[in-house]
Amino acid sequence: MTCTEFLKILDDVIDQSIAAETRIEIETHLRKCGHCEVVLNTTRKTIEIYQCHEIYELPTEVSERLHTVIMAKCKKA
Amino acid sequence: MSTIQSVAAQDEQHPDVALVERVRGGDVAAYDTLVRKYERQIFRIAQHITQNREDAEDVMQDAFLKAYEKLDQFQGNSKFYTWLVRIAVNESLMRLRKRRTGKLVSMDEDVPTDEGSVPRDFADWAPNPEQNYNQSELAEILKKTIQGLPPGFRVVFVLRDVDGLSTEETAETLGLSIPAVKSRLLRARLQLRERLSRYFKRKTPAASPATAAPRGNGVEA
Repeated sequence: MTCTEFLKILDDVIDQSIAAETRIEIETHLRKCGHCEVVLNTTRKTIEIYQCHEIYELPTEVSERLHTVIMAKCKKA
Repeated sequence: MSTIQSVAAQDEQHPDVALVERVRGGDVAAYDTLVRKYERQIFRIAQHITQNREDAEDVMQDAFLKAYEKLDQFQGNSKFYTWLVRIAVNESLMRLRKRRTGKLVSMDEDVPTDEGSVPRDFADWAPNPEQNYNQSELAEILKKTIQGLPPGFRVVFVLRDVDGLSTEETAETLGLSIPAVKSRLLRARLQLRERLSRYFKRKTPAASPATAAPRGNGVEA
């Protein structure tokens, strides 16, 4: 497996949707290629960081205002 | 066996289906439960598309009201949440269009670019690199980094990786093909990784102790 071939299936590797036989090829490639190993690990970390840190928190007062407006309009409808 | 499977499938009915049925039966409080369940996600998606807090608040309100009005059109062959997200995405795009004085805005408008899709930075990251920044610095880095992506990439990444929608659900929600979602997701992930590497990569041994500890250094422009 080449680096280009690895990159093409990077998403499938991350999402763990890889056939068993391809997995062996990937593991062999990663043992030899430090660059692809870094790309895989840091891409996984990128996703994890965005999953764990909410960058657009919904303020409580906005939430409360939303409920007041929606409930009022729904009851009228 | 097939009977057991069909009973199991009925048992696995999504809890939103029962809530939607209650709303259709006139139970307004059940709709409030749905709003509370998804308000954070809808606000996040609207923020990511509009990049404007005021617009995101309006979009969130309009999307929930529109979903309530159109609840009879919800077929139940997709999840309530993906149906709701689709409404929120359309509302967000309409809001953007207004800001751009009528210019057509859609999820298809980005011409896919190869920029940043081929990894160039192969430096390994420090262990738990986010811990080198305080909460507000980290939030600023993450915001600035994702805002640099084209909108069509950004939304695919948020729906797929942050909200946890499947590729198929993301495609259905955005009206894109599955290959288009896959292509955008790969590019989004790689571009974000490349940009975050500036902040998170392990410092070289030659770096001075001051530069090796980024805490408090602020966010690079």
